[in-house]
Amino acid sequence: MTLARVRWVSRQALLYAVLIVSAGAFLVPLLWMVSTSLKEQTKVMQVPPQFIPNPVDWGNYREALTAPDFPFLTLLKNTLLYTVLESLGILIVCPLVAYSFSRLRWPGRNAMFVATLASMMIPGTVTLVPVFIFFKNLGWVGSMAPLIVPGYFGSAFMIFLLRQFFASIPIELTESALLDGASHLTILWSLIVPLAKPAIAAVALFEFLYCWNDFMGPLIYLQRQELFTFSIGLYAFRERWEIRYDLMMAAAMIVTLPILLLFFFAQRTFIEGITLTGIKG
Amino acid sequence: MQAVSVGGARRRGAFRNSIAAREAVIGVLFASPWLIRLFALNVYPILAAFYYSFTRYRITTPPRWIGLENYAELFTLDKLPMQSLYNSLYYSLFSVPLGLLLALFLAVMLNQSVILRSFFRATFFIPSIVPAVAGAVLWLWILNSRTGLINAMLMAIGLPRVPWLSSPDWIKPAFILMSLWGVGSSVVIFLAGLQDVPRHLYDAAEVDGAATWARFRHITLPMITPSIFFNLVMGVIGSLQIFGPAFVIMRGPVGGPKNSALFYVLYLYQQAFTYLNMGYASALAVVLFLVIMAMTALILRSSPAWVYYETTR
Repeated sequence: MTLARVRWVSRQALLYAVLIVSAGAFLVPLLWMVSTSLKEQTKVMQVPPQFIPNPVDWGNYREALTAPDFPFLTLLKNTLLYTVLESLGILIVCPLVAYSFSRLRWPGRNAMFVATLASMMIPGTVTLVPVFIFFKNLGWVGSMAPLIVPGYFGSAFMIFLLRQFFASIPIELTESALLDGASHLTILWSLIVPLAKPAIAAVALFEFLYCWNDFMGPLIYLQRQELFTFSIGLYAFRERWEIRYDLMMAAAMIVTLPILLLFFFAQRTFIEGITLTGIKG
Repeated sequence: MQAVSVGGARRRGAFRNSIAAREAVIGVLFASPWLIRLFALNVYPILAAFYYSFTRYRITTPPRWIGLENYAELFTLDKLPMQSLYNSLYYSLFSVPLGLLLALFLAVMLNQSVILRSFFRATFFIPSIVPAVAGAVLWLWILNSRTGLINAMLMAIGLPRVPWLSSPDWIKPAFILMSLWGVGSSVVIFLAGLQDVPRHLYDAAEVDGAATWARFRHITLPMITPSIFFNLVMGVIGSLQIFGPAFVIMRGPVGGPKNSALFYVLYLYQQAFTYLNMGYASALAVVLFLVIMAMTALILRSSPAWVYYETTR
């Protein structure tokens, strides 16, 4: 082997060694969750730790799914209600607003767009108290309305994402349709939206993910156990079963698994969407 | 259409105006849901937060003006606001730069011609979409001081156990470690940025015989400073508001050992929703708002010195 070849091989070896070790570090915690969730109670705290559960015990899942603290069906129903209804609002409203910001001229449009961008930089914590009082005065605290209804008024981030994508669609396309007498709604629905499918898919995915993972919103507004979503249910479960890590991991797996499935089926949309939002310069 | 065919300049102008007016009406109409939300849930609440911060407001009784009393208490009598601000700044100061470095490092590794690139990318990315509460519960177990995975591994190689969550010295590093697990989305963003760097730049450098490090330092790094900048700003804003994982791990809006993990938003939540001190919580919110604005302004002002834009805007 020539010197250059030796250097190339050793560099490759180093590269893969680094990648495999880092991939392990990211993967092991998740595998540990799976492993613990399948262990018998007596094997959980074993030192040195047992990586592959022996015997594999599905009992934790049965116990978590039937625990009164973790009413699976109710939690599932509430989580789906929140995620689906809120995301639906976002998907209906944000394209309209993005179209208005990218294709229609109206006085104050640019100022409003700048305000929209600025609102993304405003920490949610700052508006937390007044927004809570606002919803309290509407009598909405203790219901899902404060979580779902705002979706039907759009969201800055999603509007921004769609607006950037819409702006990249050639203007001649919509102008000729306009001259043919098509209405703006028709243009948006039958021209822009089909072209913007990747962006819209990304919006749907991110919004779904956001709602599914949301903790603070449900924590503040739901307040009644029959309204709890998975994130609050899992928190309550953690409070109750402090030291039963096998049960906690089974419950955590139940909450995480749908997201993992979503990732495996929509991996491209995830990666492309992240790239869309990342502002590459 | 008739108006145009008649052709009078004045009437054509009127026709254009009516089109423009129609467009403006439709434009405002389409944007109106968002404009309502922008004012009701962003602009108004900020103004309200400033107003409430000068009042005593216990939610059951109307707010009563007390001038600067909340601020006086926040900066002098009450020691917890500054301690919790310190905790959050500490967390931010380590988790953001370390996270960016790690993400950049992994992205550069993946940007080599690597087989199984999408497998590695997926592996790095997945933890970032694990629901926050599930992730927090998982780390609670991994960091368990008696038989958690990390301490079990430390013991296996003959090292002492680390009291991750029970010692005031270790709990903030524990949260920083947890945050690093979620850098995957930044890896994906950086990788996309790296793949956008035009090949011809590297080809030119190849001819010049530039070493790997020099290529990285003078071509790759400048080209992706815009995405580093974006991730830095968003990372600072996000990390200063750390809440969910801390709330789950410490079982509520409390501070952990010696309040060493009482993060700012936990304390704000405690004041607002445990004690219903809405006025005081609003003063806390205003201070956080100003701190975050100052940090963002600082980063923005520094940006011309290190952020490179291909087209000078």
